[in-house]
Amino acid sequence: MDSSRRRILQLLGISALALTTRPVLNAFTKEARAAEAEAVIKAGAKSLKARQWAMVIDTRKFESEADLEPLVDACHKVHNVPRLQNKNHEIKWIWGTHYHNAFPGKAAQFVAESVEQRPFLVLCNHCENPPCVRACPTKATWKRESDGIVFMDFHRCIGCRFCIAACPFGARSFNYRDPRPFIAEINKKFPTRMKGVVEKCNFCAERLAVGQLPACVQASDGALAFGDLYNPASDVRKLIKTNYTIRRKQTLGTEPSVYYIV
Amino acid sequence: MNNKALIVTGVVIFLIIVLFPFWYMRGKAAPAPEVELTPRAKAAQKCVRSTEYMRAEHMQLLDLWRDSVVRESKRIYINPEGKEFNMSLSNTCLDCHSNKAEFCDRCHNYASVRPYCWSCHIDNPKEKT
Repeated sequence: MDSSRRRILQLLGISALALTTRPVLNAFTKEARAAEAEAVIKAGAKSLKARQWAMVIDTRKFESEADLEPLVDACHKVHNVPRLQNKNHEIKWIWGTHYHNAFPGKAAQFVAESVEQRPFLVLCNHCENPPCVRACPTKATWKRESDGIVFMDFHRCIGCRFCIAACPFGARSFNYRDPRPFIAEINKKFPTRMKGVVEKCNFCAERLAVGQLPACVQASDGALAFGDLYNPASDVRKLIKTNYTIRRKQTLGTEPSVYYIV
Repeated sequence: MNNKALIVTGVVIFLIIVLFPFWYMRGKAAPAPEVELTPRAKAAQKCVRSTEYMRAEHMQLLDLWRDSVVRESKRIYINPEGKEFNMSLSNTCLDCHSNKAEFCDRCHNYASVRPYCWSCHIDNPKEKT
């Protein structure tokens, strides 16, 4: 066979041309397909909007842990949060805790008895500067630009638990076991989680999307207020303006969005 | 070549074993599965998109839905005909196709794909779990 340099170069040229035809044809078909049908994706018309959602909890309205129970139940029921007896495996989105656990530190040696003995409702603070987000290696948790919610993408969570270590509020729980058998009554409108993912409060993003307030706020009978932190006319801002409020571990600089009236 | 007989028999036995699935199942291809539609799905006539599109691209569609809802907080899908849908696997897809075993599973089993959607998403919003 004649294998002159010219012949080989010709063959190479033709082969290169042949290799490029497929991508070019593919691009054309894709264009044709895009032109024939266009679907639109948008947010629901009824969805509530804010720059940064925030919550104000009037702790004066809660006297014992029993007062918090309906709120916790409302949340855990609607989000299919399992109830595990083993404390190490416990999953919590919102729960009640003691003053010294909610507000540790050396701010005051002696506190008013009524405050010290009051139960404090704690949940994810949806910080404006969330350390958990910086710890996540897969962007499974991130701060939503649209409304400031620190959101979780369970599809993307690899269960490394860096976020649990990073969160100073203990707001995140890990599914050490398959949670399904431990959910008493499954809410079929909301997914469950699977073994190996982290979960936490989502400020009821799925309810805000259809124009409803968070489940705990709805169940609180006015003790909890919810609104936009950057709207001076919002319920939360009005309460913050007229009441003395504190936030958890303020000195850490995470800028929590949950305020407590004491 | 020494041991010619031995080598040839070895090769023949090897081929028989390697090609076992082909000669054993010769002419008996497993029939393609028939998916069953619920009366409601039948009455609707058309899914979110055309049947051909859904058959070929439902996984891409679901992927798009997941990303739009979870990561972009957009929950409404308007198909080319202008009909609105709430992008939800459990609440929209399975509301109509409430027979996962006869609809989803048959094809998935045949194609030997095991989507793990159902480890979190409720399989059937209407059925008791």
